[in-house]
Amino acid sequence: MTLLDKAVEATAEKPVRRVRGGTWLLTAGLVVALLVLVPVAAGLGAYPIPTGDVLGSVLHRTGLGGAALDRVPESVLWNVRFPRIVLALLVGASLGCAGALMQGMFSNPLAEPSIIGVSSGAAVGAVGAISLGLNFLGTVTIPTVAFVTGLATVLLVYSMSRSGGRTEVVTLILTGIAVNAFAGALIGLFLFFADTAAVNQITFWQLGSLAQATWSKVLAVLPFAAVGLVVAPLYTRRLDLLSLGERPARHLGVDVERLRMVLVLVIALLTAAAVGVSGIIGFVGLVIPHLLRMAAGPGHRFLVPGSALAGAVVLLGADLAARTVAAPAELPLGVLTALLGSPFFFWLLRKARRGQGGWA
Amino acid sequence: MRFLRSRPTPPPAAEPGDVLAEAAGLHVRLGAREVLAGVDMTVRAGEVLALVGPNGAGKSTLLGALAADLPVAAGGVRIHGRAADEWPVAELALRRAVLPQAASLSFPFTVEEAVRMGRAPWAGTEREDEDDVAVAAAMGAAEVAGFAVRPFSALSGGERARVALARVLAQRVPLLLLDEPTAALDLRHQELVLRVCRERARAGDAVVVVLHDLGLAAAYAHRVAILSSGRVVADGPPAGIFDGRLLSEVYRQPIEVFPHPRTGAVLISPVRDF
Repeated sequence: MTLLDKAVEATAEKPVRRVRGGTWLLTAGLVVALLVLVPVAAGLGAYPIPTGDVLGSVLHRTGLGGAALDRVPESVLWNVRFPRIVLALLVGASLGCAGALMQGMFSNPLAEPSIIGVSSGAAVGAVGAISLGLNFLGTVTIPTVAFVTGLATVLLVYSMSRSGGRTEVVTLILTGIAVNAFAGALIGLFLFFADTAAVNQITFWQLGSLAQATWSKVLAVLPFAAVGLVVAPLYTRRLDLLSLGERPARHLGVDVERLRMVLVLVIALLTAAAVGVSGIIGFVGLVIPHLLRMAAGPGHRFLVPGSALAGAVVLLGADLAARTVAAPAELPLGVLTALLGSPFFFWLLRKARRGQGGWA
Repeated sequence: MRFLRSRPTPPPAAEPGDVLAEAAGLHVRLGAREVLAGVDMTVRAGEVLALVGPNGAGKSTLLGALAADLPVAAGGVRIHGRAADEWPVAELALRRAVLPQAASLSFPFTVEEAVRMGRAPWAGTEREDEDDVAVAAAMGAAEVAGFAVRPFSALSGGERARVALARVLAQRVPLLLLDEPTAALDLRHQELVLRVCRERARAGDAVVVVLHDLGLAAAYAHRVAILSSGRVVADGPPAGIFDGRLLSEVYRQPIEVFPHPRTGAVLISPVRDF
C-alpha cells in the first residue's frame, strides 16, 4: 500500500466539495430580471404603453392569442422600442462576454477589450466615415466601417506583437498602447478637418448611444455577436488553466498560442460589433466580470456566459434609464455607464482588496 | 469542436527501468548564453533523480528541456521515446507533469479548484472518472486538505508551494519534473515532499527533482546528477558521488562529507572553522 492510497482512505470519509452553489441562483436571478425588464422597457418612454398591451402584442405576433394594438403604439413598439431593446441586449452581452474573456486571457482583472485597440480602431473608422460623409450602406454605413477598422486594428496589434511564433502579453499591451495613441491622433485629425455638423455627430457617437437603433442594425450585429457568444464558452476550462501562467497551462495540455489567437479574434468580433452600432460604452466589460467573480468565484465556466447575461441585463437597464430619467431629453448611454460605473468600480476594488488581502 | 478533435491517448504503464525521458548531447541557449553545453541524461521509471549544483549551473534549464518547454540548440530530448518537439501538447500533458519554481494563480480560485486543474488533461478520457479520487489523494499527500476551501491568494508561500505540488500529483502521469519543490517549505514538509517522491518512484513513476539541499538529495534520491556551468560533472548513486573535493570545487566553497554517527548515512556540511 502506498502513501497515496492511505491518503485516499483518510480523506474519503468527507470528500471535499465545492461550496459555491451560488451560480444557479445567480443565473436564475439574472434570467428573471431579463424577463421582467424587457416588457417594462418596451412599455416605458415618451409614448407609454401598458405592460399588458406589450405582452398582448407580442403574443399576437407570435400567433399565441393576444391582440394587435392601434397603429401608433404597434409601430412605436415594433419599429422603435424592440429593435432598441434587442440591440441593447446584444451589445451588453457582447461587451460583458468580451470583458470576461479579456480578463481571463491576460490573467488580469483590470484588462479591458480597449487595451488591444479594438475600441479606438472602431472609433477611427466611425469618425472617419462621419467626417467624410460616407453613406454607401445607408444607416449601417458607420457601424460597418467601425467594425472593419476595429477588427483590422486588433489584427494589426496582434501581428505586430508576435515574434518567432509567440506573443508576449507585455508586448501585446505596449503595442496596444502605441496603437491607441495613434488612433487618438487620427480621431483628432478628423475632428480638426470636419465641419461643425460632423463634429457634433462625432462627439455624440463617441459618447455612446443606442438611440439610432433599427432592425437593420440589429441584423448587422447579430451574426458577429452570435458567433462570438457561441464560441466563447468552448474555451472556459482552458481560460481557468491560463490563470496558472502560460507554462503551467501548457504543461496541462493547453496550446496557449492558439488559444490566444482564437480569443483575440472572438474578443475583437464581439467588441467591434458592439462598438460599431453603439459607440463607446465604457465599464460594462470591466465591471460585470468583476462583480460576478466576487459573487460566484473566478471559474470561467460560469463567468463567461454569466457576464454575457449580466451585461445584457445591465445595458438594457442602463439604456432604459438613459432614455427616461431626463425625459424628454436623452442621456448618452456611454456617459451614464461611465458615470455610474467608475465610482462603483472604485468601491468594488476597495472591497475586494480588503476581502482577499491583495490580488496576487 | 471538442468532439471533432482526436482524443489524446494515455501512455501505456511503464515498467521500472523504462527510459521515460532522455537528453543526448543537449545544448540550450538562452539569449547569447549557452546554459547547457552538452548534457546527456537518462530518466528512468521507478527512480528519484536529483539535480544539484550551484546557482546558474543549468538545473532548471535541464528540467525545462526535459519538460519540452525550451527550444534546443543542438542535441535532442526524447520523452517516452519520441522527440520532445513532436508531441502535441495534449499528449504531453498525459505523460509529464511539471512543478514550476514559483507557484502563482491570477484569480482567487480555491485550493481545491487549483488542485483540480491538474485533472484537466484527462477530461474526455476514461480516466476522467478518477478525478475526485485523484484530487483527494493528492491533497492528502501534500497536506493541503485542511484548507481546501480557502482562496489560493490567502495562503502563505509554503502553503502555495504544497498546493502546486498537489496539482502536479493529481495529474497522475508517469514522469514528474519538480523544480525546487522544497524551497519554501519547513523541515517537516521538506521531508514529506521527498517521501512523496519516493512513494511515486516505488509506484513506478520517474521523478526528477531540482534540490539545493544536498542532505535531502543524499537521503532520498536514488541517483544524483551534479551540474556545473552547463555540464554534468558527476552522475550516480549519492553514496558514490558526494565527495568533499568535488563538491568544494563545484560550489567554490569548502565542503566536507562524513558519515552519520549513528546510521552511517552521508552528511554534507560547509566547512566552518568557528
